[in-house]
Amino acid sequence: MSNLFNSMIEWIDKRFPLTSNWKAHLSEYYAPKNFNFWYFFGSLALLVLVNQLLTGIFLTMNYKPDASQAFASVEYIMRDVEYGWLIRYMHSTGASMFFVVVYLHMFRGMMYGSYRKPRELLWIIGMAIFFVLMSLAFTGYILPWGQMSYWGAQVIVSMFGAIPVIGDTLQQWLLGDFTLSDAALNRFFAYHVVTLPLILLVLVFVHILALHETGSNNPDGIEIKDNKNPQTGIPVDGIPFHPYYTVKDIVGVVVFLFVFCGIIFFAPEMGGYFLEYNNFIPANTLQTPDHIAPVWYFTPYYSMLRAVTVNFLGIDAKLWGVILMAGSVVIFCFLPWLDRSPVKSIRYKGPLFKTALALFVVSFFVLGWLGTKSPTPMYTLLAQIFTVIYFAFFILMPWYSKIDKTKPEPKRLKE
Amino acid sequence: MADSFSINENMSGRRKFLVAATSVAGGIAGAAIATPFLLSMMPSERAKAAGAPVEVDISKLEPGMLLMVEWRGRVVWVLNRTPEMLESLVKVEGELADPNSEKNQQPEYARNRTRSIKPEILVTEGVCTHLGCSPVFRKDIAPADLGPDWQGGFFCPCHGSKFDLAGRVYKNVPAPTNMVVPPHMYMSDSRLLIGSESEGST
Repeated sequence: MSNLFNSMIEWIDKRFPLTSNWKAHLSEYYAPKNFNFWYFFGSLALLVLVNQLLTGIFLTMNYKPDASQAFASVEYIMRDVEYGWLIRYMHSTGASMFFVVVYLHMFRGMMYGSYRKPRELLWIIGMAIFFVLMSLAFTGYILPWGQMSYWGAQVIVSMFGAIPVIGDTLQQWLLGDFTLSDAALNRFFAYHVVTLPLILLVLVFVHILALHETGSNNPDGIEIKDNKNPQTGIPVDGIPFHPYYTVKDIVGVVVFLFVFCGIIFFAPEMGGYFLEYNNFIPANTLQTPDHIAPVWYFTPYYSMLRAVTVNFLGIDAKLWGVILMAGSVVIFCFLPWLDRSPVKSIRYKGPLFKTALALFVVSFFVLGWLGTKSPTPMYTLLAQIFTVIYFAFFILMPWYSKIDKTKPEPKRLKE
Repeated sequence: MADSFSINENMSGRRKFLVAATSVAGGIAGAAIATPFLLSMMPSERAKAAGAPVEVDISKLEPGMLLMVEWRGRVVWVLNRTPEMLESLVKVEGELADPNSEKNQQPEYARNRTRSIKPEILVTEGVCTHLGCSPVFRKDIAPADLGPDWQGGFFCPCHGSKFDLAGRVYKNVPAPTNMVVPPHMYMSDSRLLIGSESEGST
């Protein structure tokens, strides 16, 4: 039998680089031996991606992208389609969990300096994935055509109208109509199920290719490729991804699935944070709900959108809000060049960086919480303060990361 | 490796020219074929037709009443203002951002204090100029949540913008401009046409 198998592999290898790719990306891809808890989230993001693709395909079999039928078709999936409720909850919970694992994955990169040379491009490709993910979440949220779908989309699309000169035409081009209507729902469906998933898949593939070119970073933030065994050419602190990390990641997957299933079966709406109650009311184009807020993963940016209330530098408050909101995400792309520290990992960085990162995390959470609340003068002031802290983390980084008191990096990975 | 992306130094001038010309021609063809796809995303003929004017009978609109009409898929309010409401327009003027409607948010014939053709009838889109929510008609005077100076007007629940009973925006709210007055005309005393300024055209 094994002879037959071997000759089959041999036959394939002459026609397709199967074994060489298996080796290059799995069995002979050497990853640092000290991966910890924070290294689960890349593979978990892949798992959630597969979940979204699979459940999404089955949802399209019953969903109708038509303003007069969309809401009813989602109710039909929930009530009448066999296991439709499960498939939809897997998809809606998957959307929120996608952001949970991606935020943790990004935070890992910020802690261990994974964006630093030579991984700048890897980081930027990752940011591109994040932008596509945000677009996917936004277009997906519109599809049920409930009150939150409608008015949330109204607010987001109106932001494009804030762009000087071309704003109005751009908005009509995006909507395919003079207002948010069936035309927009239909095309957002096309983006959500075809355009964006295709782009996402390509970007994820490119992200992994770039990772395997530079090699993985690690909690110590030193390059294992600098210390190779002279005979074999293999990094002495590296272990093959398969079987060592495939097995480790399976443990992560199992624990993740416990949490994931717990949410699906016991709290799929997550108290209005994963699925908002106003979205169980069909879209009414004549009436805005009393309180509108985005889903939790967009609330930090939403807080910044409405934090600016005065015009300055000749730009009105509305456009400032849009600039800050877009800037708060785009600014991550510049991290590789903002960080001037001689060391990569937080383990060897000094108190200034640690404080700055802690303040950043606090401001992210506070802004996220404020984004779920109705604005009062007090909340608006808080949002303004924490918006300043959020941006200060990035803008002041070249300064504080340079003068910070760092510890010397080790030559080899710590056990 | 980098060499494989650049044009070979030994290439003849004729070949260089041909490569450049082919690239330019290809680029133009690419832009040309993108055009119909990009234009297909603009509002269709049907969407444009749906923007046709709407006729409204206002003979039964009592003073103080607000009528909601759908035009081009958005709300248009027709408000019959009482004499007291019209007086309030003068009272609040000090707190408004653009009391004289200097910004181009209305047709010329509505560039006046009441922002209307007939002083008592206000015709305006019920859409907040901040991010497109629909404000709430609050005609109660000095309610607890809007403060003792509130003379009646429109309040946006999304981000807290305030407008007076002529759709003029207050100072220091997120909305930058007054509400939009759509083109409209009176076909007779009680027949209002929204979306057109002259009969038979849009």
